[in-house]
Amino acid sequence: MKLYNIAHSRAGDKGNTLTLSLIPYKESDYAWLCEKVTAEKVKAHLQEIVKGKVVRYELPNIASLLFVCQQALSTGVTTSWVMDAHGKTLSYALLEMEI
Amino acid sequence: MIEKIRIGCGAGFSGDRLDPAVILVEQGELDYLVLECLAERTIALAQKRKLQNPQAGYDPLLERRVELLLEPLLRKKVKLITNMGAANPLAAADKIIEIAKQKKLHVKVAAVIGDDVLTSIDQTAHALETSQPLVTHGALISANAYMGVEGILEALQTNADIIITGRVADPSLFLAPMMHAFGWTEQSYDLLGKGTVLGHLLECAGQLTGGYYADPGKKNVPDMAHLGHPFVDVLADGSGMLGKIKGTGGMINLDTVKEQLLYEVVNPHAYYTPDVIADFTTVKLIQHAKDQVRVSGGTGYSKPDTLKVSVGYQAGYLGEGEITYAGTNAVGRATLAGEIVKERLRSVLPDVRVDLIGQNSVHGNAFHRSEPYEVRLRVAVKTSDANHAALVGEEVEALYTNGPGGGGGVRKYIHEMVGIVSTLIDRKLVKPQIIVKTS
Repeated sequence: MKLYNIAHSRAGDKGNTLTLSLIPYKESDYAWLCEKVTAEKVKAHLQEIVKGKVVRYELPNIASLLFVCQQALSTGVTTSWVMDAHGKTLSYALLEMEI
Repeated sequence: MIEKIRIGCGAGFSGDRLDPAVILVEQGELDYLVLECLAERTIALAQKRKLQNPQAGYDPLLERRVELLLEPLLRKKVKLITNMGAANPLAAADKIIEIAKQKKLHVKVAAVIGDDVLTSIDQTAHALETSQPLVTHGALISANAYMGVEGILEALQTNADIIITGRVADPSLFLAPMMHAFGWTEQSYDLLGKGTVLGHLLECAGQLTGGYYADPGKKNVPDMAHLGHPFVDVLADGSGMLGKIKGTGGMINLDTVKEQLLYEVVNPHAYYTPDVIADFTTVKLIQHAKDQVRVSGGTGYSKPDTLKVSVGYQAGYLGEGEITYAGTNAVGRATLAGEIVKERLRSVLPDVRVDLIGQNSVHGNAFHRSEPYEVRLRVAVKTSDANHAALVGEEVEALYTNGPGGGGGVRKYIHEMVGIVSTLIDRKLVKPQIIVKTS
């Protein structure tokens, strides 16, 4: 099953850092997501895109995860030469992950 | 003692829709309208316009937004707080006064200045992103410190109808009226943290109400062509109720709010602003009713001693060319076309990016599935030479008669790049000042 089926995500940019939230549709899936979607797994999944490290934050209050991915935006939005300089489409790359 | 204020956000970036703010003012029973229109790069571009014309350098849509909003703002007694001053809040204030005079309206405008630190900044200081001295990145165009609530608070005390700023941290545009209304002090860290959470939730306007969210069949959002922008009812204890105008499109639910709470947050335990270090991990959300979410929790710590400075520099040129191929072996022909252009440019521009739009241009090849029916070749270079940047489009265009069969729809672009790096400045060196003008 793809993450897409059980969770949603929003991408944000800060310089060359990409932020990806991961929010289960059902809050009861949160613990399971915490177990399955580790920072290492996200780093491996996005290895073609994220060149730096991935840090995961847990937010049990809102049953959500946040992945902060360094060196992910080809130097950052202002000087990037890629199509999607902000990385706005990358939330859907995360949701392609098979779990 | 004021118990509640209502703040609406009618624009979340410079190019945002014009009509949602008008609807908020006319129907929202607002106390304050915020228009957040300034991105990091926007102010550097504005600075360049100001260098060419001392009366320019404010937001390009300022006139159009003010033309639409001025009369209803005054009639409904809604105060406007906006960073549309960009690189030139004083000229923006003059323009607003000019529009008010044409409309025979009486308005008091307070411009907040002091964020421009280009002349006082240490140009040999290291950029946070690259650890290299600022000057090594390229000719510096602009340096703007992220100011906090101070200038806006002073402006609010003048009872101005419109407060127009340059670079101010986005959540501060919202936090200032809360502090003003409820008498929160600079040391009431938890309240400032809560107010910052609410400001952060609202600052991207439509991104709270279903924009940047919808996915038909999975995440359905009603009537997105008429997406309503959000408001928040803030109570003196720092809690808030998010809402939108009845009859507008979009929606507010726990999912849209969660997505926006975490948007562009690099550390949810410590969200730095000039006013407070806010902790987002303590936030609690409850769906109160349809399109109403209650936000409570949120905490804060003492503000940092330094302010972030956004430094703009000339970063050369981006040259791009695009051409489309379709039908059987479209990917094969587009790939060949890319190789031809690369070979043609190699002696002058050895570093060339080739994308197949529809195949691998935004996520690479990792998740690639079946071949698309049509595909668009994009070739891009970065170079300090504008003429070299132009070569890319020229070579792509020449594929019409010299390249693979069936190539059509060439577009070519040259884009002057303004890079942004950051540094820190002692906050004592940044002094907000206000200048009041009346029509």
